[in-house]
Amino acid sequence: MHKWSIFKNGILNENPTFRLVLGMCPTLAVTSAVVNGLGMGLAATVVLIGSNLMISLLRNVIPNEVRIPCYVVVIATFVTIIDKVMAAYTPGLHEVLGIFIPLIVVNCIILARAEAFASKNSIGDSIMDGLGIGLGFTLALMLVGAVREVLGTGTLFVAKDFGFSGIELFPQEKGALFMILAPGAFVALGLLLGGINWLSRKKEAK
Amino acid sequence: MAELLVLAFGTILINNFVLARFLGICPFLGVSRQVETAVGMGVAVTFVMTMASAFTYWIQQLLVVYNIEYLQTIAFILVIAVLVQLVEMVIKKSSPVLYQALGIYLPLITTNCAVLGVALINVQEAYSFLEAVINGFSGGLSFVLAIVLFAGLRERLAYSPVPKSLQGFPIALILAGLLSMAFLGFSGFNLRALFGL
Repeated sequence: MHKWSIFKNGILNENPTFRLVLGMCPTLAVTSAVVNGLGMGLAATVVLIGSNLMISLLRNVIPNEVRIPCYVVVIATFVTIIDKVMAAYTPGLHEVLGIFIPLIVVNCIILARAEAFASKNSIGDSIMDGLGIGLGFTLALMLVGAVREVLGTGTLFVAKDFGFSGIELFPQEKGALFMILAPGAFVALGLLLGGINWLSRKKEAK
Repeated sequence: MAELLVLAFGTILINNFVLARFLGICPFLGVSRQVETAVGMGVAVTFVMTMASAFTYWIQQLLVVYNIEYLQTIAFILVIAVLVQLVEMVIKKSSPVLYQALGIYLPLITTNCAVLGVALINVQEAYSFLEAVINGFSGGLSFVLAIVLFAGLRERLAYSPVPKSLQGFPIALILAGLLSMAFLGFSGFNLRALFGL
């Protein structure tokens, strides 16, 4: 029961994108399609689980004064692993995500979880926390990606790497190119955040 | 010379680090409530980005010599962390006034993705040493331009009646979207023709 609440906490109450508003760079940069958001989110999830596990294991060994450099090295190791794995097995996605895969190293979500959770909790709890936060991040990226992909190109779930041609909702030339370009990312995320604030305010008022 | 100018102006206006490449969004949203602090942050970031571009260029050469390019991410982030620490110590000793002004922002720069981002872009585009440094410096200037403009807009926004649900981050993001749209206009620029190439 306890583990389940840690898991749920990451997806809902402490959703990194919509509640904590952390890790904005990849959220804005790679969400022009659902599959990009999914790839980025899963890559970050793997890194989160790995780094939470390692840091929880080493939490009594790492001296307090140099803990941040130690965390960064652990995180960078897992990022390098996932970077090479993606380059080998999903080259198309790896190309699209580009420098944002190595940039997972400086994603504040991962360092924040290492500092705030993994360095103080047991190994099992830390893995659950990594899984919950990671999936919360993935779902948020997919939501932003879905909004931008549908409004921008009229399709949903296009994934060339996995041989999936997606669902066409309306012809591409009717799409708003604006949503795929940089400004669309800011506006879509701003409106989604506003919508979630509105929903939670309505729930509180009840 | 003209090639370098094209690179610099392209980085500042067309491929703006914040508004077109989405690098350094955290400080862009976090420390842009006042123009004054935005300038301080911008100057510090520009300094570190230029230094990081210069240092990581040689680190990359070293990695290539020993055939260990897969250590790139780890090596770069450690170099940047050390560099930020060094810059902090040097500024503290040499110019206490500047240190006072930048103080709190300096340690934050390690986790600014624009710094690691510029190092990775330099390698990806296979820039020479001079090009890498120019790219780092103009990347920093593009950050200054974006964050100062944005801070000016947000100071005005403080007096506007914003709907309750949109207050804070949502309206800031929509505002950044409008700024980004304005910068999109620069992509029509033919810089090469402008500098006679």
